[in-house]
Formats: sequence, C-alpha cells, structure tokens
Amino acid sequence: MNIMFAVSSGRYTRANFILPLLIIIQLGLHTVEGVWPLPQAFTSSTERYPLNPQAFYFGYGKQSAAQQGCSVLDTAFKRYFSLIFPDYSSANGVLRFSVDKPFLVEVSVDQDDCESYPQEDSSEKYNLSVCEGKASLKAETVWGAVRGLETFSQMVYQDDFGSYFVNKTEIEDFPRFQFRGILLDTSRHYLPVQAILKTLDAMAYSKFNVFHWHIVDDPSFPYQSSTFPDLSSKGAFHPMTHIYTQSDVRRVISYARLQGIRVLPEFDSPGHTKSWGKGQSDLLTPCYRGSTPSGTFGPVNPVLPSTYQFMEKLFKEVSSVFPDSYIHLGGDEVNFSCWKSNPDVRAFMQKMGFGADFTKLEAFYIENIVNITSALNKTSIVWQDVFDYHEKIPEDTVLHIWKGLPEVYQTELSRITKAGKRVLLAAPWYINHISYGQDWRNYYTVQPQNFSGTEEQKKLVIGGEVCMWGEYVDATNLNPRLWPRASAAAERLWSDEKQTSSVDSAFPRLQDFRCKLVRRGIQAEPLYVGHCKHEYQGV
Amino acid sequence: KKSRHSTLNHLSFEGVWPLPQAFTSSTERYPLNPQAFYFGYGKQSAAQQGCSVLDTAFKRYFSLIFPDYSSVDQWAFVDKPFLVEVSVDQDDCESYPQEDSSEKYNLSVCEGKASLKAETVWGAVRGLETFSQMVYQDDFGSYFVNKTEIEDFPRFQFRGILLDTSRHYLPVQAILKTLDAMAYSKFNVFHWHIVDDPSFPYQSSTFPDLSSKGAFHPMTHIYTQSDVRRVISYARLQGIRVLPEFDSPGHTKSWGKGQSDLLTPCYRGSTPSGTFGPVNPVLPSTYQFMEKLFKEVSSVFPDSYIHLGGDEVNFSCWKSNPDVRAFMQKMGFGADFTKLEAFYIENIVNITSALNKTSIVWQDVFDYHEKIPEDTVLHIWKGLPEVYQTELSRITKAGKRVLLAAPWYINHISYGQDWRNYYTVQPQNFSGTEEQKKLVIGGEVCMWGEYVDATNLNPRLWPRASAAAERLWSDEKQTSSVDSAFPRLQDFRCKLVRRGIQAEPLYVGHCKHEYQGV
Repeated sequence: MNIMFAVSSGRYTRANFILPLLIIIQLGLHTVEGVWPLPQAFTSSTERYPLNPQAFYFGYGKQSAAQQGCSVLDTAFKRYFSLIFPDYSSANGVLRFSVDKPFLVEVSVDQDDCESYPQEDSSEKYNLSVCEGKASLKAETVWGAVRGLETFSQMVYQDDFGSYFVNKTEIEDFPRFQFRGILLDTSRHYLPVQAILKTLDAMAYSKFNVFHWHIVDDPSFPYQSSTFPDLSSKGAFHPMTHIYTQSDVRRVISYARLQGIRVLPEFDSPGHTKSWGKGQSDLLTPCYRGSTPSGTFGPVNPVLPSTYQFMEKLFKEVSSVFPDSYIHLGGDEVNFSCWKSNPDVRAFMQKMGFGADFTKLEAFYIENIVNITSALNKTSIVWQDVFDYHEKIPEDTVLHIWKGLPEVYQTELSRITKAGKRVLLAAPWYINHISYGQDWRNYYTVQPQNFSGTEEQKKLVIGGEVCMWGEYVDATNLNPRLWPRASAAAERLWSDEKQTSSVDSAFPRLQDFRCKLVRRGIQAEPLYVGHCKHEYQGV
Repeated sequence: KKSRHSTLNHLSFEGVWPLPQAFTSSTERYPLNPQAFYFGYGKQSAAQQGCSVLDTAFKRYFSLIFPDYSSVDQWAFVDKPFLVEVSVDQDDCESYPQEDSSEKYNLSVCEGKASLKAETVWGAVRGLETFSQMVYQDDFGSYFVNKTEIEDFPRFQFRGILLDTSRHYLPVQAILKTLDAMAYSKFNVFHWHIVDDPSFPYQSSTFPDLSSKGAFHPMTHIYTQSDVRRVISYARLQGIRVLPEFDSPGHTKSWGKGQSDLLTPCYRGSTPSGTFGPVNPVLPSTYQFMEKLFKEVSSVFPDSYIHLGGDEVNFSCWKSNPDVRAFMQKMGFGADFTKLEAFYIENIVNITSALNKTSIVWQDVFDYHEKIPEDTVLHIWKGLPEVYQTELSRITKAGKRVLLAAPWYINHISYGQDWRNYYTVQPQNFSGTEEQKKLVIGGEVCMWGEYVDATNLNPRLWPRASAAAERLWSDEKQTSSVDSAFPRLQDFRCKLVRRGIQAEPLYVGHCKHEYQGV
C-alpha cells in the first residue's frame, strides 16, 4: 500500500504536516488533536472507520523483528484492547447482527528488544498509519510501538450510540526529550505497591518514561535490603507492613518495563539519611554539644572508612536489583552544623587540608560515592547542589535542577551546560506545591531550553521531571494531585514546543484527555467547571 | 461537670474527635469480643427494637467498631459479654432531625456494659459514634475500651457541609460517602447547593425540562426524585438534615435552558443581545413559577429550612433591559437596583414562608435589605476575619440569626497545614452582647465545585473539614491549642482512612492501616 511505502520510506517532512494541522482543528477532538501529548506530525481526515471489538485484532507485521511471544507487545495488545473498548465486557447486549469488516492493528519493529529494559537512548519513535480495515504501526523498538499503541487507543472514540470509530490518520511521532520522569517519594509517606503500579499505568497514558523512585529519606527506609535487612526492619515506619520487599521492587520494575518505563532508584546521601541510622550504627555523624556527643545524629559520617565499605555493599546490591544504567545519588541539602560540631570530622578536615570549607568535605564524600557507582558501571544523577560546590564530578554525571523560579533555574541551566554537563529540569514541576486554580497552566508554559547558551548547550537538557514530594501526599490523594496536572508537563516534554505554544488551545484538549483518564479509572481531578460523559465511579 | 485531663493519650477519650464536652477516663480497660458484643435498648427507653434509626445504627457501628471482624474468625474463647445499652427519652425513630433536635448524650463505660443515654435518637447516634472511636486494638488485634464517663453536647446547633452539584455533578454514591464521613465528625447538616449557573441536575416533577435541558446530561447527570429521597433517607439515619438551596435571582443560567421567559433578556442598546441575566423580577410569571417550584421543593425536602441564595446579583443585565427599567420607575425604586433585588427576594421569602419554611439567605440579602422576616438566617460567606466579624456584629445587632461560612471555604486549597486556619476560627469573637453571640447558630464548611468532583472531593474534604467540626462541636477553651489538636487529628485521620474514607495526610508519617482503595 502506498501509505506503508510513504511511512517506511521516511520521506515525510515536517512541512507536509503543518498545513493539515490547521485543518484538523475544525474536526473536534475525535482526531489526532485528541491525542495527549500532541504527536509531532500528523495528517487526519473526517473519513472514519467503525471498529467492532469482536472483529478487532492486533498482529505482528511479517517483517517485524518481534513476533508472537514478545512479552512487551503481547501484554500491550491485551492491555490496549481493554483501553480501546472500555465497555466491551459489560456490553454483551450490543449484538452485532451485521459483523463489520475486521480491523487489524499490525505492529512492526526493527529490533527484538522484547525481553530487555528500556534505556536512556531507546528510540520511542513510531509511525502510525490508519486506513480502512488496518492500522500500521512501525517503530524501531518495542518501546516506540508501545507509545504508538497509546496514541492509537486515544484516537478511538464512541458515538452517541456507543459504536466505536477511528479516523483515517497518518502520524509520525517521537519525543522531544529522552527523559520524561515522575518522582514519587515513598519515605515521607509509604505508598502501597498498588498505588505505584496505578501511577505507572497513568504515566504510560501521558507517555512518561522514567519513574524516579525516591525510595528512602529521613522519615523512613522502606526498601528491604537483602544485604542490610536492619535498614528497613528498624528504619521503616513498620518493619512488615510499610516496606518494599525484593519481590515488591521486582514487581514494580517488571510492571514498569512492560509500559516502557525505566525505574530510576534514588538513595540520597549524605543528607536526608536519618532513617538509615536506625538500622546501621556508626553510619551517621554523631553531633556534639561542646565536647560531648549530644545524642543526635547528622548526615552520613564522611570520615570513617566503614561508611564507604557500607555504601559500596549497598550500591552493589542496588545496582543489581535495579537494571537501569542510572542511579540517583541525591547529594542535596547537606546541613554542615553537625559535621562542624564533631571533633573527629574537624580533625579529618585538618588532615585533608580542607580548612574550614565543609563543601570540600561534602565534595570528597560525593566523589567517593560517585566512584563506587562508576565502578559498578552505573551513571550517576545528583541534585544541582553537587555542581554548586564541586567541579570534579565525572563528565557523564547528570545534574538535576530543583531550585528556584525561572530566572534562577535558567541561570543554573546556563552554568551547568556551559560546563558541559547534562541536566534534568525539575524546578518548575514541583507538583506537590498545590494552589487554588489552574496551576497546570504554569507547568505547561515552561520552556526548558529557554536559557542563554549555545545550541550544543541546549542539547545537554536531557529532559524534565515532575516531582511529587510526600510531605502531604499518600495513597489517599496522590492520584488527583498528580493527574492531570502532571500531564501538562508531559506534553511539554514530548511534543514540539511551537505546535504546543498556546495554553488556551491546550485547555479543551487537556479537559478531553482528563476525561479519558477518568474513564480509565484514574482519579484525575477536574481542570474547571464541566463534566465528563463518564464520571469517576470509584467512590 | 468538670473535665479532668488524663495522661492516656490516644487510647482514651482524647482520641475522640470532636472532643467531648466533659469526661473522665481511667486506665482500666475492658476487652471486647465481637462474638460477645451486643447493642440493646434500655428498659425505660422510649425507643425499642424496630426503631429504624437505632437498629441501623447498631448494625453500622458494629462494623465500624470491629473493622476486621468479617475477615477474622480467631475469636475462639468467648470473653464475658459486653452490652451497649441505649436509652432515649423520645421515640423520634421515624422522624427527621430538626434544627432544635437535642444531640446531647451521656455515655458511661464500665465492666461489661456501656450505658448510653440521650434525649433523642440523634443524640444516641452521636454517642454511638463517640463509643466507636473509643474502641482500640492492641498489637495482637484484640479490642479494648477504657472505663469512661462522658457528658457531651454540641456547642452549635448547625454544623454543616456544603456540596456543590452544579459546577460538577457528584454521583449519588459520592454524596452518600460524604454523609458517612460527616457523621464521623458529627456534622449534622448537608447543605445541598444542588443547582447553579453551570447545570441543573435536580429532576423536578413539576418542571422536568429544567434538568432535561439544564443538566450536563439529561439522563446520566441528574438527581431523580428517587435519588433525592435516597440521600435524604440516608442522611436521616445518620442524624443529618438535608438543606436544599435553590439560589436565585443570580446563579441561574442553567434554569433558563428549560424554562423560557424566566431569565431577564439582556439588551445591547435597544435590542436584545441574545444573552440572559438573573431571574426576571418584573414578570408575574416568574413568581408563579417560583411558587410551584418551591411548593415541590418544600414537599420533597422535609427540613423546615430552605436556602434561597440571593448572592452575587449582577445588575448590568437588569439595567440594560427597558422593561426592567420601566418597572423600576413604576415602583419608585429610582436607579437603586438593590431595591429591585430586595423586592424580588421579599417575594420569594414570602412564598417559602407561606409553605411553612424558614429561609436562609447569603449575607448579600442583609446588606441591601432590612425588611426580611425576623426568623430568616443570614449566611456569612465574605472576607477575612475583620470583615466577617464586622458583619457578625451588624447582623446580630439587627437581631438576625447568622451562620458562619466565610472562614471555611475549604475548596480554596494551599500548600501546607491549612487545617490550622480552620481550627483556630472563633465564631463568637466579635463585638456584641451575649444575646448577639447566641444568634450565631453555627458554621458551615463550603466545598464549591469549580475544581472539585468525585475524583478529588474526599481528600479535599477530609480531614480538613474535621478541623471545623471540632470548632463547631467542642468547648472552645478545651480546644484552644492547635498544637495539641494536631496528634489527635492525625489519629482521627487514620481512623477515617481505616473506615475507607480517602482522608489525606496532615504531614509526614503513617497510619497502621494505609488507604488500600487505589
């Protein structure tokens, strides 16, 4: 078919799609406009094809490197069938006396990466061509195919009689940024595994591809380490009910993999480690009042060799448990007062020639930790604080920007990329900070590459991350706080900035997408007055 | 009775939210075995078995007291039986709670028995709630209750929650769940802001077009008569009044879709612009329509109060309309449109008075009108403390009763522990006589619906609304410290979560049983 040819030949250029975009706006949301985040390039028409769930099939193209038995795609077919036909099981009454022509979604991928994990450089590009009786979905990887299935599922709509349709469409799509993450904080509040899995579902709907698991912090240590079981048995809120077992962690990773989502673990140190101290004695620095220990503890003790031996063992375990090639090492908000109070730390400072500059001690610590993870073949991500006091971090370390208003983080983007380091932007998407009204507009209008710097510098922005810190969030309110506000950031990170520059045109599309989320059982809160055809029924 | 503070922390009455008025407690505790636990009626009780309110309350509270009973059959050895014996003075089992219904109760827990005495079944229901919150489990899952004496009654007679089902439709199930949670915090009025500009979900039997044309969807986004009856009857069993609001003359855009000639046609120059403003106050047909509508509403909703709204009337459309201007002239109102508004409201209040209903109106009505009937309640919704305190003074000085909502616009969210603001409100702290203070009949938590529907209603309401609940029920002096309230509210929030209410966390921490409904 000529469409197949057109797609596989890769001759579609961006210019071809700009005119059709303007036409589509008149068609309402039953077209590609209804897809969130907006695909990079598409044409669509009013020609529509009825879909009958009893004559609807997924299949593998003959040339596809992946064939039946491909875990990622086989499960995706099953998953998306239910998402495409949400009332199928309950609609036995919809008897089809005239069985429509069958419709086939034929998926072809270039690589058989069915049993692998998505990586930072995994292609998520896909081409989708919908015509009579058939949709052809072509991608380099299974991860791209999964993104394309998501797009297809959002294009299917029901008329007032409940019949399903999809419009004739051509899509060529790929993400703007390779890293599109969501951070969940399971230390300030424990999130049941089920809540994490539900978040992974919803992430896939918005094409997020990294789950940044801020798994431990000051308040609790829910990760059950096989090497150091005391960390959770003494550091979790409860040693049995408020932990993530190895099996829980594997379940999260494997569930995420099937959605094309990487799991990036964070074990933040040397600060934010209060809970670690409960199960690992001598790890934290004893604080002093005058010449005697006060009984309280500060950051990880950077002067003891035992600290680095412990960290090496812990990160060795973490490296083998989490398959992603990145580990987040934290490194933020280290309070120096306890280190200053401790005579052993002060003696060490003197011995090392650090003078009174505790940032040098912090740098010394982080350098050691980064070396540990480098030796384990993992790339490090650290919060921006590490850059602010340290220049010797390895070239490939990613700096994670979390501080300040636009002027502040734009300056930081300039500075860090000028030093040739890759950056990840989180500052504008601290979504745990709630306010009254449509704050999603702020998340939507972020311009991650709008800072002073060369084109090369701009390319060092690998993506962005929505952070849901847990001070006031647990499984009771996580979903309505995340969705659809995080979806605003998702479009910024996936779609072309010029095509999505108007927050007002995004509004009805996001409202429509939010209703899709609700229909899929996600407790996505409303953006403003109005209604969804199918309201949330899970009360 | 003097209250005596104890050192028992959350295991005793301190764990009861809102805090009872007077109590004594001890470390003496009694084991409770679900297989030897009974509710019963006292011999002298005016209500006996067959009392709908108490029979259903017994069943409901058994599950709340023993949340894991059905899933556990480990209670092999039978302890001594424990009886909760309820006695009430009045047989009001089949009635509806009223504004002046007593909610007072005395609860005495001793070995093998708890005696719960109340004037009304509504008081008994409040006492059962208290008892249910006093029962706790030890680390092995065994249930206990401590020896306790409680004498309790509400500080204010009106403790309400407003839900807005016009800006977003709330499925009936979401309303019922809210009623459950209201009872846990001893709220007693569900203010149902049922219609407004965006949609008219109330299916009127007299004017079916109002919802068939004015609802978001004529079938899926409406409240049928049967839905409304279900809400009222469910609320009744929890001792909760249902106060309907049909706000006019403003906030009525959706009414116009199903009732032609009801809204004022706005003019651009000398021609109608095609848009509509508030209810048209100059046509006799308007009042005929309202009389029929309120006649229906009066019979559907048993409460003796109706909320008539009356807020935020924009005069620009009235001003543009030549018929309205002619009427103004005829009536001698000059250019003062507040007089026209007053004229309209007076007519509506007279309609509901004739139907034997007392009116509640938003404070706007007081601000422009002095002739409203003595028994009308003014509902204060505007401003910061200085502003609403002045309004409290002014309105009570005029001898009118007031209901305070301004500090509890809970739909306004912000980052952090805003429940502290809801807790520290002092509803009677305004300049006025003791008599004036008594005219404050209570308060109301308002959850306006611009950004709220069934997806986020529960975590936004709870436990933030519970902070207001304690302010409205408990003694102000005993609950003056927001810091002492904090751990108690955290504990109560975990109880709500355990009962399946999606109550959000107040700060870092955990509950023994986290929310599992994801």
